[in-house]
Amino acid sequence: MAKLVAILATTHHPFYYKTSRLPAEEAPPFAGEWVGKVAAYRETLTRARPDVLVMVGSDHFHQLWLDNMPQFLVGKAPFYDANWENEMREFGMPKLLLKGDEELSAYMLREGLDRGFDLAFSNELRIDHSVTCPIITVRPEADLPIVPIYTNIFAPPLPQPERFVKLGQTIREIIDAWPSQLRVAVIGTGHLSLELGGPRQFGPTGPDPEFDAQAVEWIGTGDIDGVLKNVTLESLHAPGNATHGFMDFMLMMGVAGYHPADYVDNLSLFHTMEAYFTWYPNPELIDPVLPTIGAGA
Amino acid sequence: MSKYLVNKFLYTVDREHELTERYRDDPAGTVAWWERERACMILNCAVAESTTWLRFTDEERGALATHDHVKLFELGAHPFLTLTLWIAMFERDFDEPLGMQLDYARKLAHVTQPYPDITT
Repeated sequence: MAKLVAILATTHHPFYYKTSRLPAEEAPPFAGEWVGKVAAYRETLTRARPDVLVMVGSDHFHQLWLDNMPQFLVGKAPFYDANWENEMREFGMPKLLLKGDEELSAYMLREGLDRGFDLAFSNELRIDHSVTCPIITVRPEADLPIVPIYTNIFAPPLPQPERFVKLGQTIREIIDAWPSQLRVAVIGTGHLSLELGGPRQFGPTGPDPEFDAQAVEWIGTGDIDGVLKNVTLESLHAPGNATHGFMDFMLMMGVAGYHPADYVDNLSLFHTMEAYFTWYPNPELIDPVLPTIGAGA
Repeated sequence: MSKYLVNKFLYTVDREHELTERYRDDPAGTVAWWERERACMILNCAVAESTTWLRFTDEERGALATHDHVKLFELGAHPFLTLTLWIAMFERDFDEPLGMQLDYARKLAHVTQPYPDITT
C-alpha cells in the first residue's frame, strides 16, 4: 500500500513569492522572519521525501464559475498549468507547469464516489495560488506530480464544515488503501480569519486575532470535536468575510485525525496570520533532523 | 436582484485586460455595451447558444456605471470579485503600498454585521 508520509496544513499568502525575492533594502521589516519560518516549514516536507503530492485548495473564481459550480472537484490530468493573469498582475506570481498523477487521481475519484462523495472532476484544470503558494513555499523545485482537489469555500451555498472534515477523513482512507509503493504527502491550504473586499481588510493584523489563536489551538491539538462544536457556516462570517477558507484547514484536520501536529508555527502579518502545521502519521518513515553544521560553536 | 449578473460582469471584465482598461476609462459606456453584447453569453458555450433573459436592475446598472463599490457591496456583489477588479483598475492611482485597499475599506467603514448576503 501507499505510504502517507506527511500532512501539511498551511495558510496560502500570495504576497510571499514577491516579498521573498526583494533585495534586503527594499524588503519590508517582516520579510526576514517570514522567509526563515517558511524555510523551516519546507524542511518538514523535505524530511518526508514524498513521491507525489495531493494538494487541497480552492479556486478563487478563476476557472470554476457560478454557471457550473462544483462543491468538491478532483483534477485528473497529466499536467496542470498554473497561476492566472490576475495573479501575476496583482501578486507577481510566476507561471508554472506541474505534472499530474493520473493514476492516483483516478483512484481518488473512483474511491471517493464509492465512499459517499459525488466528486466532480476536470481533465483540463489550470490551478491557482491556493495550490501554487505551497508549491513555492515547501517544494519550490515544483518537480513532483500532484493531484489537485478543489473545494468550494467561496460561492454559497457551501457544504457544511462537517463535510470538509469528512472529506479529509475519506481522503486519508483512500490514500491508506491505494495499492502503490509511492510515498504520498497531502498539502492543504486555507485561511484563518480573513476579510477581502470589506471594511476590515488589510489591517495591521488579521481581522480577528482571537479567532486565529483559537484556530491554531484547534488545529495544533487535533481537536476535531472542539472545532466542529464551535464552527458553523454562520459563525465563520464573524471573524471576517473570507474566513470560510478555514474549512480547508478543517478538511486537513480530517486527513490528520485526532492527533496533535508534529510541527506548529505561525506568524502574525498585516492582513492575516500565517500558520504552518505538519503531521507525520508514520514517524519511522521520516528522515532525522540533521544537526546544523557549526551549531553551538 | 441579479447578483449573478453583477458578479459575471466583474468576473469577465477582470479577466480581459482591454476590458478592464475600458471599464476604468468609460464605466457607463462599458456597462451599457457589456449588458447589450456580453451579459447573455454563457462562458463555455458558443455565442449562438446565449441565454435571453439576463438584465441588470437599474440600481445594479447605476452602481456599476459609477464605479460605486460601496453600493455593489450593499447589493451583495461578491466582495472578492469587486476588490480584485478595483485593484486592477485603481491601485495605480495610489502612492502608498495598499493605499487603494485601505481607502476602499474606509469607504465601507459604516457597514455592520451581518454583511449583505452574497448567495446567488
